[in-house]
Amino acid sequence: MNKDLLLYEKSRAGRRTLRLGELDVPAADVKRLPKGSLREKFAVLPEVGELELVRHYVRLSKKNVSITDSFYPLGSCTMKYNPVTNEAAAGIAGFRQIHPFQDAGRVQGALAIWKRLENYLAGVTGLPAVTIHPAAGAQGELCALLVAGAHFEAKGESQRKVVLIPDSAHGTNPASAAIAGLKAVTVKSGDDGLVDLADLKSKLGDDTAVFMITNPSTLGLFETRIAEICAAVHAVGGLVYMDGANLNAIMGVARPADFGVDMMHINLHKTFSTPHGGGGPGAGPICVIEELRRFLPAPRIVEDANGYRLDYDAPDSIGMLRGWPGNWGVVLRAYCYIRRLGREGIRRAAENAVLNANYLRVKLNKTYHVPFDRMCMHEFVCNTRHQRQYGIHAVDIAKRLIDLGYHPMTIYFPLVVSEAMMIEPTETECKETLDAFIEDMLLIAQECADDPDKLHAAPVTTPVGRLDEGRAVKDPVLCYTCG
Amino acid sequence: MRPDDRKYLSSHEWIKIDGDIGTIGITDFAVQELCSGNESDLVYCDLPEAGRSVEAGETFGEIESVKAVADLNAPLGGEVIEVNAAIEDHLEILADDPWERGWLIKIKLSAKTSDALLDAAAYEEVVAQEA
Repeated sequence: MNKDLLLYEKSRAGRRTLRLGELDVPAADVKRLPKGSLREKFAVLPEVGELELVRHYVRLSKKNVSITDSFYPLGSCTMKYNPVTNEAAAGIAGFRQIHPFQDAGRVQGALAIWKRLENYLAGVTGLPAVTIHPAAGAQGELCALLVAGAHFEAKGESQRKVVLIPDSAHGTNPASAAIAGLKAVTVKSGDDGLVDLADLKSKLGDDTAVFMITNPSTLGLFETRIAEICAAVHAVGGLVYMDGANLNAIMGVARPADFGVDMMHINLHKTFSTPHGGGGPGAGPICVIEELRRFLPAPRIVEDANGYRLDYDAPDSIGMLRGWPGNWGVVLRAYCYIRRLGREGIRRAAENAVLNANYLRVKLNKTYHVPFDRMCMHEFVCNTRHQRQYGIHAVDIAKRLIDLGYHPMTIYFPLVVSEAMMIEPTETECKETLDAFIEDMLLIAQECADDPDKLHAAPVTTPVGRLDEGRAVKDPVLCYTCG
Repeated sequence: MRPDDRKYLSSHEWIKIDGDIGTIGITDFAVQELCSGNESDLVYCDLPEAGRSVEAGETFGEIESVKAVADLNAPLGGEVIEVNAAIEDHLEILADDPWERGWLIKIKLSAKTSDALLDAAAYEEVVAQEA
């Protein structure tokens, strides 16, 4: 009974959820359709009754794990709660039913919110020119690198092709550089987990285009030498890009522009509480210094005597990144979040995110090894060094957490820490939730010593246990075949 | 104790020198670190073409498991003269026998020493620190 069949496997010929009545209008002549558009045989669709269909999807929905049913400390992803007020606003018919091609005069409210969000993001980052075009953080990175490329070309410095990236960076950084036609070069971390300034300086030169830095870093550490780093990059004529994935730790506290950042992206779905990934379309706005404004994607929202309008007159722009400049529902939700918190609230959210992460770190650092064990920002990285003697790896801890009702933390990232477990609680969790998680992590550590096989066998509460991830990469089966 | 007929890098590659030919591979510890107790976790290995020249310390390829990608670094420099073609489709060889059948490339050495090379005892210390 526990085996979940696919809808196709439940299919029985002739079964229906609904039978249509007799056609009461003249039938259209399908032969008028172009030949290539006509099916030669019926589509193979599952045939099931309505009750079977409803049960199928309700059962699937119960298997979903989200922040709305469990603690979700996925590091570097800032899985904060998405407030229902955001959803209420996004559900207002006047917002929900507008169309991208509507005349600007009829969507002044939406355009005003759009423009105001740009202004708020400029306020948080200190970078005055903002675009909400990019559909996600990685596209924001690409957008910024294209903007940087256009900037250097305009200056007659198109020999600048090198993008320097610390070894603790998100994998998207080098990928974005490659897609932008630039060359990614790795900068080492020092013993303190921060950027090795000497290594960075040895790699800077007149071929340097951009230094991409995540601050706080993926180790949850603030780059204390950030001003010196930015100055060194500027001294050779390069630009500093900040990966804004970890902005949640410093919003309302420190403005990246003030420590020397020229461009950055913001993940609205992390920092500003809009849904993640499969939960809805994303948004990775970028904010840049005034000098780079003219290269940003078009159209841009401008305000003049007649109100707000979209301005396509942007001869230096890198153009459009996608079919429409931004995901409106996401813009609206992020706007609601910022308005609800206000300037003080934004700062308090960052402070509480940092407090929660440090609370977990201090409660767990005697049981799990924390390689860089000092005041962290919104997340910290520990590993299984103390559990290695029992044959336990980070993946075993993560799988055991699933059985205890959690979404596991991020594991095996950043790569600079062996058997890494990256924990980010976010500000939206209360002390009781954190205490329960601590208790379970300590219980798991005890199990590592007492009954390691229990961890090796986990998860046992899920429809399937350990999957063969190696085979999934080497020999993936991507198409379902009936029967 | 790991084989003392060869030299090691702290990034877990080994090189065995025979005349002016160096055979390069990765250590059992490297394989262990890339896998999480499951040898089938290795999924991909990118090796250079014969004829390419590599410098000491240079990255000549990469190896990927389900959890990480690691650079393969050349302990010494030279021209690649032979590549272990069996590895690409049979990464399990690396787990079974990283010291002999699991070699990755052979190079014609341009120099036979480098300050970065460790003997087996020094490499044991590196592993002891990381483990």
